Amino acid sequence: MKKLYFSILFLIFSISKIVSQSTFPTNGAPFNTHSIYAFTNATIIVDFETTLKNAVLIVQNGKILNVGEKLEIPKNAIVYDLKGKFIYPSFIDIYNDYGMPEAKPHMRNGFTGPQPESNVKGAYGWNQAIKADLEAHKLFLHNKDKAEELKKIGFGAVVTCPKDGIVRGSGALVLLNNTKENESILTDKVAGYYALNKGSSTQDYPSSLTGCIALLRQTYYDAQWYALANSGIPTKAEYNISLDAFNKLQLLPSIIDGNDKFNDLRVAKIGKEFNVKYIVKGGGNEYQRINDIQNAFLKFIIPVNFPEAYDVEDPYDAEAITLTDLKHWELAPTNPAVLEKNYIPFCFTSNDLKNKSDFLKNIRKAIQYGLSEKTALKALTANPALFINAYDKIGALKKDFIANFFISNKAIFDDDSQILQQWVKGEPSIYADINPIDIRGNYILASNNKTYKIKFFEDAIKSKAQITIDTTKKSLNYSFTNNIITFSFMPDTIDVVRASGNYNAIQKSFEGNLQLANGNWQSFTLTFESIVDTTKKPTPPITKKLLNLGKVIYPFNAFGQALPEENGFFKDSWNKFKNRYSAILIKNATVWTNDGDSLLKNYDVYIVEGKIVRIAPNIDAPKLAFALTIDAKGKHLTPGIIDEHSHIALTSGVNEGTQSSSAEVRMGDVINPDDINIYRQLAGGVTCAQLLHGSANAIGGQSALIKLRWGHNAEDMKYEKADGFIKFALGENVKQSNWGDFNTIRFPQSRMGVEQVYNDFFTRAKEYDKAMTTFLTGKDKNKIAPRKDLELDALAEILNKKRFITCHSYVQSEINMLMHIADTFGFKVNTFTHILEGYKVADKMKAHGVSASTFADWWAYKNEVLDAIPYNATILTKMGVNTAINSDDAEMARRLNQEAAKSIKYGALTEIEALKLVTLNPAKMLHIDDKVGSIKVGKIADVVLWTDNPLSVYAKADKTIIDGQIYFDRDEDVKLQDYIKTERARIIAKLLAEKQKGSKTQKHQTKQQRLYHCNTIEGVGEEETGHR
Amino acid sequence: MKTTKAYNFPNPLCQAGKVQKTVLCLLIVLTNTFLFAQKTYTHIALFGGIAHIGNGKIIESSLIVIKNNLIEAVMDAKGIKINPQAYDTIIDIGSKHVYPALINTNNVLGLVDAESIRATRDFAEVGNINPHIRTLIAYNTDNIVVPTVKTNGILYTQATPRGGLISGSSSIMALEGWNWEDAVLKADDGIHLNFPKAVEKKWNDEEGVTSSANKKYVDELNYLNKFFADALSYSKEQTVTEKNIRFEAMKPIFNGKANLYLHADNVKDIITAINFSKKYNIAKAVIVGGKESYKITSELKKNKIPVMLNRVNDLPDNNDDAIDIVFKTPYLLQKDSVLFCLQLEGDMEAPQSRNLAFNAGVAVAYGLTKEQALASISYNAAKILGVEKQIGTLEEGKMASIIVSDGDVLDIKTNNIILAYIAGKPVTLKNKQTELYIKYKNKYGIK
Repeated sequence: MKKLYFSILFLIFSISKIVSQSTFPTNGAPFNTHSIYAFTNATIIVDFETTLKNAVLIVQNGKILNVGEKLEIPKNAIVYDLKGKFIYPSFIDIYNDYGMPEAKPHMRNGFTGPQPESNVKGAYGWNQAIKADLEAHKLFLHNKDKAEELKKIGFGAVVTCPKDGIVRGSGALVLLNNTKENESILTDKVAGYYALNKGSSTQDYPSSLTGCIALLRQTYYDAQWYALANSGIPTKAEYNISLDAFNKLQLLPSIIDGNDKFNDLRVAKIGKEFNVKYIVKGGGNEYQRINDIQNAFLKFIIPVNFPEAYDVEDPYDAEAITLTDLKHWELAPTNPAVLEKNYIPFCFTSNDLKNKSDFLKNIRKAIQYGLSEKTALKALTANPALFINAYDKIGALKKDFIANFFISNKAIFDDDSQILQQWVKGEPSIYADINPIDIRGNYILASNNKTYKIKFFEDAIKSKAQITIDTTKKSLNYSFTNNIITFSFMPDTIDVVRASGNYNAIQKSFEGNLQLANGNWQSFTLTFESIVDTTKKPTPPITKKLLNLGKVIYPFNAFGQALPEENGFFKDSWNKFKNRYSAILIKNATVWTNDGDSLLKNYDVYIVEGKIVRIAPNIDAPKLAFALTIDAKGKHLTPGIIDEHSHIALTSGVNEGTQSSSAEVRMGDVINPDDINIYRQLAGGVTCAQLLHGSANAIGGQSALIKLRWGHNAEDMKYEKADGFIKFALGENVKQSNWGDFNTIRFPQSRMGVEQVYNDFFTRAKEYDKAMTTFLTGKDKNKIAPRKDLELDALAEILNKKRFITCHSYVQSEINMLMHIADTFGFKVNTFTHILEGYKVADKMKAHGVSASTFADWWAYKNEVLDAIPYNATILTKMGVNTAINSDDAEMARRLNQEAAKSIKYGALTEIEALKLVTLNPAKMLHIDDKVGSIKVGKIADVVLWTDNPLSVYAKADKTIIDGQIYFDRDEDVKLQDYIKTERARIIAKLLAEKQKGSKTQKHQTKQQRLYHCNTIEGVGEEETGHR
Repeated sequence: MKTTKAYNFPNPLCQAGKVQKTVLCLLIVLTNTFLFAQKTYTHIALFGGIAHIGNGKIIESSLIVIKNNLIEAVMDAKGIKINPQAYDTIIDIGSKHVYPALINTNNVLGLVDAESIRATRDFAEVGNINPHIRTLIAYNTDNIVVPTVKTNGILYTQATPRGGLISGSSSIMALEGWNWEDAVLKADDGIHLNFPKAVEKKWNDEEGVTSSANKKYVDELNYLNKFFADALSYSKEQTVTEKNIRFEAMKPIFNGKANLYLHADNVKDIITAINFSKKYNIAKAVIVGGKESYKITSELKKNKIPVMLNRVNDLPDNNDDAIDIVFKTPYLLQKDSVLFCLQLEGDMEAPQSRNLAFNAGVAVAYGLTKEQALASISYNAAKILGVEKQIGTLEEGKMASIIVSDGDVLDIKTNNIILAYIAGKPVTLKNKQTELYIKYKNKYGIK
């Protein structure tokens, strides 16, 4: 059977070999040729691990006939003697948009009014950014200039797909030859393309990263439902082109944009949810979190867009270049090497490079920085082919593969190696002579009895010539192509002589005519005399030691720290790092326990393995290894500050405010563990923060609760097994009161409408929940599952008391309303946040059992806060409402202790009550008071040591401890500042040397985390959206 | 003469010289009666308080005498016997703290109620070069925010315009008065120039905040240079051929009668601004903002240029900056003898004005002495504004603008203003917020 199969295959192949057929008629006689090309005596890189010396490559009809060391060369073959030359399989770029239409510019809606629905007409899906039906091969058009650009740097084939949309459609494997498109498309659909970026879609949703993630997830669920629902007859669901195409796309490998270490991990998480083994297009900064990247167990497409050196001549300007950027400049070229050392399969892409001509230069740089040549080659040839299941056609020089190869004068990773010819499907592009004529030497120019000395030579950069006129040496302009030399010189100070001559290779001389300034012609000879010294000083190989690279720090930001030395550069041992102390004994502190009516003076608190185990005077020093004793005489120990309302440490948008409900979005998807504000707030005693969606819509997104574990990754920052929360909002932001004249059409525009948003969504959630429950417990096995709806799932969780509401609120009427809605649907509102008029309905809030999380003294920033009073927290507390003071602001979160103290000034809370506003009370409203919020035996050691009474403006956090580990220490901070200073100075010295070497430099441009407030809309300035 | 430890308040019903014992909660009601009472008290002795003079000195137990609108005497009260007949009011303030009135500089307080409501915004005018625009006339003595600021001891504000390159002229206003004519302490004290920024901060969706070279920088500088050259030349004209109200408004800064406030934060912008002011012979230049002023203290000191410093409760500009650099900047300026005061320009600056003293308090945690911190919101501010002969310290001959606090005025938990005078007149220490507080306390019957 197998034999038969092979013989049929052979038969088919043999036929195709003989007859080259085309459906196209020719105008005149066809030019078809079946010439055989033989490339002999070459060093042939058959594939990334096989090199043949003195070998032969035989090519016909765009395919490889044979390759080997001792092959018989067909008599009719056109033979290229490639002695001393190299043949490589052409490179493959599987992340490219070659031959695709130009991307349309993205229009912001902020100035044109909202667009809630898709602009695409027809039976497509609801969102414009889902372009699953796009098929790149149907759009593909040759682009000679772009093809040449890629061929010159080694590429022979690419997978192309427009870089536009969240689902981008199918990519086509195309060759870079210059014939008809029909000859270029090798495979029409080889991979599906995805991204977390809506691209040119003008539709409002999604406007944030978290919204993009939610949309992609929902699309997977919709497509699953669609496939099931339409599998039977009659069809039970709508017809939907986008979902239909999406399902077909799932048969192909999935390539998704990460473009950044953290986004890589985000897409990896989505892949896990839907069992998709993504091939992730990386950002080049994967080395900064290599352990997490490795643990994703995915394949990567890696750019080599190493940053240009910064111009640091101006010391003040240079101050604005962050340590992150400086270190990335230094370490970016290590990225491929780091991936290799961690056994992460990857291929290279030329994408992200400003100048494509830098591609090989940067690959070579990556090799200098530790990447093996073998892996580099694999990443350019075999891996990209393997990733798209095309390693039977391209990526190596094997029999029957497509004849895609290039010829270089030296091994391609050598510094001065040059690509001489690129062959795509047997079609050559010639960039340089295979055997260039070497005319270097000392010559005598003789014409009409006059002689001059001329010297042709090569300096480090290029070929040059020099003429000696009356003992003065002058440089001589010349060109030598097609055996003809032309040059001009000035024998005196006025006249110019121009000459053109033909080369005689045997005599090594030129003969020709020159024209004098007066127009007269006369003949000349240029005769070889002697050779010039051609020995070039070899540049010393760059060794690791010479590179003198700094370490990766965690996080990759100022105030990050390198892992301990003994664990090596590439190997993470975070666990060891984290558990620096197994026990901490804090002695003689004034302890604010939040457990009892008085402070414990001169008490000791003993922490073991992250937990508080003893609170007593005079505890003996621990005898454990890795134990620390802190003398806290004169200092105050409090529970860590918990910020109930924060928007730090989030990436690309805090609001998916494009629809009245965005319950499906999760702030936990977009945590940015590198945000400097985490460290700054640790220095203010904050140990825990709830990261909330903004207040742009009535039903916001799901919250994330984090501990400020500076240095850890996003997942490790999350508070373990925390209850789920969700942000709701009322009032001016929801009804877009301060969004300008364009934003007047999204429902709702009044507080009346806000109530009905809730009424509507909870009614639907209830019905959805019922349908789901019926299905899951039902006996009708043939029934199709209801469509999984991430938005209604979240709302159903509220109804089932598995998710809890934090509601942005100001005015008493709306506060009252939401409590009524909750009562109607049978749940309780967990927390009102801001709640500046809470004091007006404190009795009702008490009765409902809702908590309040408010500002100490903010007011007068908009109409709905004109009745705010700084006595709010006091009245609410005295009325028995569980009350907290929150920040909603990266700056204020650094001094929440001071904000709490304002309730002593305004309304005379006791100091113990005041401190609870930022510790125990928020812990209660976040349902974590069983673990944190007070200093009690058995609780987690999230504590802060203060230099003074923590409610005094003069107090500073001296040490901030989370899980029994010190995350902020004022002495350590001084050392970190010193590290930043010396590390900056070291890299700046390198940059200055780089500039002196003549490297290109870029002017400084710094990037910082944007500060988010409740009202922040991506793409819209805060002044356009009002305040908070 | 009998003094008691309890508060003793003047009361229209009590005879001059007699001291009547009363309780704290009556304070608000009683001080209110000052304004509307038939009889006014013109000779008041504040006795026994810890006097923080504002210039660094402290008198542990002081006697401060107010006569009409001026301070008649400030002296150590130890061993002094007060002659009850000499005053119409004697107030025993025990061991409470007495301070000069605090001064809020560079702020839109009084020019805006709620920032998001356009109709209440009166601090910015159309156009780029507006030296003739005056905040004085937009200053609303019945502004809703002002009463909540007074209650924390801030009794003066520099009503400051915003926007454009030259925003206009500020004026120094007392926080009490029937109208702006009544409230003004110094009209048109200076012109505010938002100095062009060499590096601009912008943000976008993908990258967050980015800073890059300001493309308009050279144009803006050229524009300003031309305007200043023209204005300077105009100021020298013997007979004006055609009157130009913008140039007219510039005259006081060329003849040294008004300040030129150069708003600049970045160190290079500050240097350029200083050079600019020298080029046009500006006698009184002030750097406003000065976030990076600590980097060029010697330059500032050499040129005798004071700084109205950016709010202390602010984030560092760069990730790599020391996390406490902004907290520490006042100390760094003090250490290098640069004259500075604190101001609160920025987010919600008008309502934030009431936290001025606490910003100064934070500076104490990072190196200033408490008296230096006090000076940074009183005496230093007065000196920079050019009103130090009238306000800023508790000194004989100055206006009797005085506050009395229960405890340390710089610390949130002890700041509690129980008595305040502006130019000898008692200040109402209640506002809408205290009224709502009482209203709802009563509703719920809580204490």
